[in-house]
Amino acid sequence: MTKVEERKSRGELLLRLSEISKQFGAVTALEDIQLEVYAGEVVALVGDNGAGKSTLIKVLSGVHQATTGKIEYLGKEVAIDSPAKALDMGIATVFQDLALCENLDVVANLFLGHELNPWRLDEVQMEVRAWTLLQELAARIPSVREPIASLSGGQRQTVAIARSLLLDPKIIMLDEPTAALGVAQTAEVLNLVERVRDRGHGVIFISHNMDDVRAVADRIVVLRLGRNNGVLTAENSHEELVAAITGATDNSVTRRAARQTIPPSE
Amino acid sequence: MADKQNSEFDREDSRVRIDAGVGGALRAFIDRIKSGDLGMLPVAVGLMLISVVFTSLNPVFLAPINLANLLFDAAAVGLIALGVVCVLLLGEIDLSIGSMSGLSSAIVGVLWVNTEVPIVFAICGAVTAGILVGLLYGFLRNRFEMPSFVATLAGLLALLGMQLYILGSTGSINLPFTSNMVRFGQLMIMPAWISYSLALLPGIAMIYLGLVRTRRRVAANLSPPSTRVLCTKAIVLTTALVFAVYYLEQGRGVPWMFGVFVLLVAMMDYALTRTQWGRSMFAVGGNVEAARRSGINVRRIRMSAFVLCSAFAALGGVFAAARLASSSIQAGTGDVNLNAIAAAVIGGTSLFGGRGSAWSALLGVLVIVAISNGLTLLNLSSSLRFMITGAVLAIAVIVDSLARRSRASAGRA
Repeated sequence: MTKVEERKSRGELLLRLSEISKQFGAVTALEDIQLEVYAGEVVALVGDNGAGKSTLIKVLSGVHQATTGKIEYLGKEVAIDSPAKALDMGIATVFQDLALCENLDVVANLFLGHELNPWRLDEVQMEVRAWTLLQELAARIPSVREPIASLSGGQRQTVAIARSLLLDPKIIMLDEPTAALGVAQTAEVLNLVERVRDRGHGVIFISHNMDDVRAVADRIVVLRLGRNNGVLTAENSHEELVAAITGATDNSVTRRAARQTIPPSE
Repeated sequence: MADKQNSEFDREDSRVRIDAGVGGALRAFIDRIKSGDLGMLPVAVGLMLISVVFTSLNPVFLAPINLANLLFDAAAVGLIALGVVCVLLLGEIDLSIGSMSGLSSAIVGVLWVNTEVPIVFAICGAVTAGILVGLLYGFLRNRFEMPSFVATLAGLLALLGMQLYILGSTGSINLPFTSNMVRFGQLMIMPAWISYSLALLPGIAMIYLGLVRTRRRVAANLSPPSTRVLCTKAIVLTTALVFAVYYLEQGRGVPWMFGVFVLLVAMMDYALTRTQWGRSMFAVGGNVEAARRSGINVRRIRMSAFVLCSAFAALGGVFAAARLASSSIQAGTGDVNLNAIAAAVIGGTSLFGGRGSAWSALLGVLVIVAISNGLTLLNLSSSLRFMITGAVLAIAVIVDSLARRSRASAGRA
């Protein structure tokens, strides 16, 4: 891909959410959410626990349906009513709980629901694709024929990420992809996010780790109590980010910081 | 050669021990057993114990004629167990298989003998009834999230009621002894040459498919499976099968009914291990939510499992009717339910879903039928037979649970 093409593909609007609301009975998990994702950018979704990040991801991946609101994908209004629909459209997700089948091996998990040759599974071809994909991610998986249950948390995470890349989606959503990872693997995932972005995919990235977010995000969308609470960039200071997440400049984080910089005089 | 080995995709990680050759295969096998992946071991041990005990009590047990009878008996329960494997793979259960088989034998009797519908249509009618019942269970499970345990427990009673209703006041219909159906269930034996050819077939297929696989893997730069292990396995399997056929031929030979059952098992095995549908079955049994999020239509998979289970139960009922030459209110009652479920579990299909194979129906049913046959030879009353079969089922489930625990601690799901 030449530089010009790359720049051209960046900036195409992939996904636009307007006034998305989601209610679980009496609880409003999301209210009037706006979100835009362009090709070739990383949108970080941050917010405190219960801010609605994972709910939003689940709405986009077809696990939940929005109560009201409009989803436009590639310029057309769409309804994402099942996970299969989202995958077919080109929206792949790495869920927080990874959603892997522990009784199946790595190859089976990677290709689950999209096996090659449905009436006579092409195991050899699938195994080759699996190894190629895992090598691209610089993954350390000892054997792709072992059940997922025998893998460590980090290895499972890598498998889940590899699976999301399998169908060459337009948008990849990663829900806390670095939570279970070691130092080197976290760096590897961040590299991966950048590589995926450079290939012209849109990436939605959820993390509680502000360093990770600031390292890769082009835009940082803040959710608070199920509502939009500002859009920041990596240029904004850490304090501004925390203030947007917690909703106040005077919050438990700043109070704690203040306590530690000025020890109580006795 | 060493350089080529290193460049293979799946041989790059130095942490993985490579079990090459026959010794390696043996070592891998022992490791699997230790980690709780028991495979066929419980069945092999069980069959050995059973033969030793019953033969010492009554030498007729191992006589070729008795073994042929045993295979006749195995086909009907085995078919039902094959259906049970499907629902167990999803972590569901069907407790109404016994009643379903009884209902289906009643349908065949009434349609064929009483209303003189051609036998083929009568059998189709019975299997269709099974499919409808399976659709109903699937619908109840999908639409109302009704636990299959409860839905099929209700079905157990309802289907039994239906069986009594259509049999009416007579309570029993005798099927004509000269008909092909009853001959199929009691007399028809494969000609010796067919039995021997069929005994050779699995070994030949194993070697042929293994060589094709090796060639494709080498072409794709993956490590090839060991040819020597493949040949050893094929030779052991063929020897065992040829010996079994030879031994049975000393008496009556191999029943056609059993042959049909094995054919259906082989077809189910292909469907479960080599198609997308089978992969989805295991996925739904392992983690429903993960399967759903991978785009698998969980409802359709569940529906298919219930339909297959009831349809196989219906076909098993037809086989049982042929075996007994009658459709009666007794058919499908008593221990049929538990025998079929026990067969699937003893054969290695987990009650907890996500683990098992079609072959477990075949292997498990041999154990179950051997026990009931042996106890009959000893002239034990059915009260004792029920108690002993119950105990065997309990032991099978205990083995399953222990194996599951040990798999969990060994990190093998």
